[in-house]
Amino acid sequence: MTAYIIRRLFMAVIIITLVTLIVFFSIRLLPGDPLIIFLGKNAGLEQMSDETLERLRHEYGLDKPVMVQYFSWISGVFRGDLGRSITYRDNVGTLLKERFPVTIHIGLVAFILGNVLGIMLGIVAALRRGTWVDSLATLVSYIGITIPVFWLGLLMMYVFGLKLGWLPITGYVSPFKDFWESTRSIIMPVICEMITGLAVIARQTRSSMLEVSRQDYIRTAWAKGLKERYIVLRHMLKNSLIPVVTLLGIGIGIIFGGSVLVETVFAIPGVGRLLVTAVFQQDYVVVQSGVLVISSIVILSNLLVDISYGWLDPRIRYG
Amino acid sequence: MEKEQVATTFSEAPAHVSEWRRFLRVFLQRKLVIFGLTILLILVICAIFAPWLAPHDPYRGNLRDALAQPSLKYLLGTDIQGRDTLSRLIYGARTVMLVGFVTVGIAASAGVILGITAGYYGGITNLIIMRIMDALMGFPMLLLALLIAAVLGSGIQNVIIALSVATLPGYCRVICGMTLAIREDDYILAQRALGSSDLRIIFRHVMPNSLPPMIVLITLQLGSIILAEAGLSFLGIGIKPPGAAWGSMVSDGYAYLLTHPVLSFAPGFAIMLVVLAFNLVGDGLRDALDPRLRGLL
Repeated sequence: MTAYIIRRLFMAVIIITLVTLIVFFSIRLLPGDPLIIFLGKNAGLEQMSDETLERLRHEYGLDKPVMVQYFSWISGVFRGDLGRSITYRDNVGTLLKERFPVTIHIGLVAFILGNVLGIMLGIVAALRRGTWVDSLATLVSYIGITIPVFWLGLLMMYVFGLKLGWLPITGYVSPFKDFWESTRSIIMPVICEMITGLAVIARQTRSSMLEVSRQDYIRTAWAKGLKERYIVLRHMLKNSLIPVVTLLGIGIGIIFGGSVLVETVFAIPGVGRLLVTAVFQQDYVVVQSGVLVISSIVILSNLLVDISYGWLDPRIRYG
Repeated sequence: MEKEQVATTFSEAPAHVSEWRRFLRVFLQRKLVIFGLTILLILVICAIFAPWLAPHDPYRGNLRDALAQPSLKYLLGTDIQGRDTLSRLIYGARTVMLVGFVTVGIAASAGVILGITAGYYGGITNLIIMRIMDALMGFPMLLLALLIAAVLGSGIQNVIIALSVATLPGYCRVICGMTLAIREDDYILAQRALGSSDLRIIFRHVMPNSLPPMIVLITLQLGSIILAEAGLSFLGIGIKPPGAAWGSMVSDGYAYLLTHPVLSFAPGFAIMLVVLAFNLVGDGLRDALDPRLRGLL
């Protein structure tokens, strides 16, 4: 097990290093002056004198060789210095620190609810195969996989916000300020962020429950006269959740990807919205560091999933 | 899995014909697959015959009819510039087809080449290629596309580039896995003994065997590419105005949600329908092509 963990850790470090290279060089490889890219096209560079340009170039470290720039960026990241945003005139670290709790709050609720509901739906669908419950589960999972989340957001906003007036249309309230208001404000965003993951999980749970129910040891369990509840919980569920665990890592990716759209729809001041605004304001430092932080979280959670997978299923460890 | 496949081809002499028939029977007997195929057919017809099908000019509207409610003249109403929603929807089918198929074409070819290289040569080549793929998969698809769009700027070509890079690892992984599995098979050893070149083995044996999972993956990926393109154009990265993309139509209608909900609802529904169609067809293909389900279906 230790060897397995070390191997996976080593891989994760390599992958994150590659991610930093991709993020860094995708911006540097562009034709044109990186200073212009960094300052944005609307910075009025034409009016600046050569000395000002040189000074700025030096200030941003752009006069150094590319590899030196890369390493100074990386060492900055390790020290918690993610660079300075041009538009916000603030440290990217500070910007992210303000916005991450919002994204994590909605994302975590969506992640937990989506997985729990998805697994429950999958189990019920598999146990009541062929009934209306199964059809409903299939329908829900098809909708979840195919619906554009931003559109689902608009639909809910129209029905629950504008027509019925039950929920606030946009915005976010911190749970520490007003817990009840906060919960009301995140209901629709949470549903949008969790729907895809819920559908994927329900599908996988259903099919692996059916797969397991055909195994010999389940027949033995029935033949022994064990209670249904016991067979389902102890034998079927435990074994069929192993492939579901791999999806948890993917689920985190789905939620962060979805947060970009959902936060835009509901005007929520989170990381997703920050990234979108940064793309439009050509604030590359924010995009570069924000994408790096999010992908690192996704990769590390996949690492955790891999390790727990190896722990749950010994066959993987020695594979 | 592959061994079984080879065995059946040997035992039943005219297996090729009957296998194709079996595939068609299994594939087409499902009502949902027929439903999906019908929607895709409508999409293709809309994309090809857009100028003849669209009742109005999708780009130039009549300002006097701006924000018209659905009526006989404008079946789905008009937007703020007086452009007919239905006509823009029909033209939007072109964007969907263009982005979907070009992206899949680029991503699948690049993925196949990289995957076969990685799987066939193994060792350090495999390690380098697959770790880069892992790194690309570490980005949520939309974020990677956002990063690339930030670098390249918006526009339909950049969306295609971004989504190609984001979806490439999927193909690469499948093909690499297939190649690794096939490489160990006895018949490849036999081919080697007969003096077949690497290229011959790849083209005659590895590629045909990888085809079924590739077809399934491509169909399912088309759905998620269309969904991602819609997301990007909703955010405003994508086709430039006045071009018609369903995602940006949803976003344009956002401001008039209370009074003119159809402006956002119609294009969103179109996206969902097309993505659903690709998923239904993809699932049908997967079941019909799965050798483990042979005889069961």
